[in-house]
Amino acid sequence: MVLLLSVLEQGMIYAIMALGVYITYKILDFPDLTVDGSFPMGAAITAVMISQDRNPLLTLPVSFGAGVLVGICTGLIHVKLKVRDLLSGIIMMTGLYSVNLAIAGRANLPIYNKVTIFENDLVKRYCPAFLKDFDKVIIIAVIMLISKYLLDWYLRTKSGMMLRAVGDNERLVTSLHVDKGFVKIVGLAVANGLVSLGGCIFAQQQRYFDVSMGTGTVVIGLASVIIGTSLFRKVTVLRVTTSVVIGSVIYKACVALAISLGLPSTYMKVVTAALFLLILVLGTERRKKVKANA
Amino acid sequence: MLDLKGIHKYYNPGTINELCLFRDFSLHIEDGEFVAVVGSNGSGKTSLLNIICGSIPVDSGQILVNGEDITNQKEYKRMGSIGRVFQNPALGTCPSMTILENLSLAEHKGKPYGLSRGVDRKKRSHYQELLGALNLRLEDKLDVKVGSLSGGQRQALALLMATMTPVDFLILDEHTAALDPKTAEVNMKLTDQIVREKKLTSIMVTHNLRYAIEYGSRILMMHQGKVILDKSGQEKKDLKVEDVLALFNEISIECGN
Repeated sequence: MVLLLSVLEQGMIYAIMALGVYITYKILDFPDLTVDGSFPMGAAITAVMISQDRNPLLTLPVSFGAGVLVGICTGLIHVKLKVRDLLSGIIMMTGLYSVNLAIAGRANLPIYNKVTIFENDLVKRYCPAFLKDFDKVIIIAVIMLISKYLLDWYLRTKSGMMLRAVGDNERLVTSLHVDKGFVKIVGLAVANGLVSLGGCIFAQQQRYFDVSMGTGTVVIGLASVIIGTSLFRKVTVLRVTTSVVIGSVIYKACVALAISLGLPSTYMKVVTAALFLLILVLGTERRKKVKANA
Repeated sequence: MLDLKGIHKYYNPGTINELCLFRDFSLHIEDGEFVAVVGSNGSGKTSLLNIICGSIPVDSGQILVNGEDITNQKEYKRMGSIGRVFQNPALGTCPSMTILENLSLAEHKGKPYGLSRGVDRKKRSHYQELLGALNLRLEDKLDVKVGSLSGGQRQALALLMATMTPVDFLILDEHTAALDPKTAEVNMKLTDQIVREKKLTSIMVTHNLRYAIEYGSRILMMHQGKVILDKSGQEKKDLKVEDVLALFNEISIECGN
């Protein structure tokens, strides 16, 4: 039960981040490594704000906003300075490591016994006794669903449709009298906002910030997106964003399973990498078939 | 009205592969003209279109639209008054979006793409009418993804999308070259129909000499960055495929093709 809850909690937190990766990887076709820096940045900002006893609800928009700014920076590096997409992300990721250290003031910042979105008077007072164990999962689910529906809504607006168009066919965007660079920057901004928001909630759930907590975030995000989109390729009633959320939970479940089967946590990253490789290979296999049949 | 004045264009300047494509190239196109451009490979036809659209910069010279200098204007800005259809049918549409979504995007060209709803359901019947005019049985496929359409259907859709909003120029870059002869014919007729209906000033690059003779009000033949044949009005009407072909062969032999 505890294991299941923790899988759901972490799966849904990472799902918010994965929604951001979905925007860059699937919609924009931009492998954005900024994520490894913007996720812990959200956590760092949150840990600092919480330790200063700020209203925990405030951490959500502040983290999102900071992520947006970081995304804009990556976009400007790529679009205006014409640095390759992968390298723009690496530059930002590298720089953000120091930025995150500077924000937090040190490499590890615990926020035990502080008021967070999970631990506050409101939750204590209004959460019925039988939901005591589930309060975290419910709060995370609500935030995740709001993010998901807002993203769904956005992708159906004119601006959102332009975002989808730029990953699909850049030339058409230009033909439609729109600056494709600007659209890419908007996409990166929204994506990193979501990633940073994920980091914000992760820090409050884990009750600490650690400067290395972002390592591998992008891989988790990509794995979630690819698991979700390939598993539910045929299911048309599901929105892609829903598939990504489910993909993220499945990914976390796989990892939890591996650990509960006795895998030493030292090998965690190897398993992650191997799993990711497997997903990628299976994914390209299918794409080749599609092309051959077309 | 479009004017190219004293255009110079070099490729790979400063290297041993330096190639001067246009040297002091000038061209004047009147409003309402439908110009067909023919010429061998490397004669500068597509470069000409790219220069007009701003896809490639010029080394010197001026590009004027209705007297306004747009030489340094970015490509996406110029496209506000230009509709363009490419040789590759995939370039004119968004494959992962439905026909409805594609048309909605195209119809909104020129206005800011903000946070209002991307697709207006009330427009469905209007779009169906537009698609019906193409005669490709697309009117019932509004919710079908464009990626699953055939090349000819996509190209017709691209043509429709490029001309949905009022544009000063329609640029057709070998837009029938990737289609089979029958589909190409259908698309060419459709192009002619749209150009006439909307009275568009059009520039069409084509390898099909017959299209160049049959359609349009003016024909240009290009060779090594120069216009070597320029006929319009009655002179063009009197022109036959054989005449053009003869000239074409002449320049081809000169090049050793």
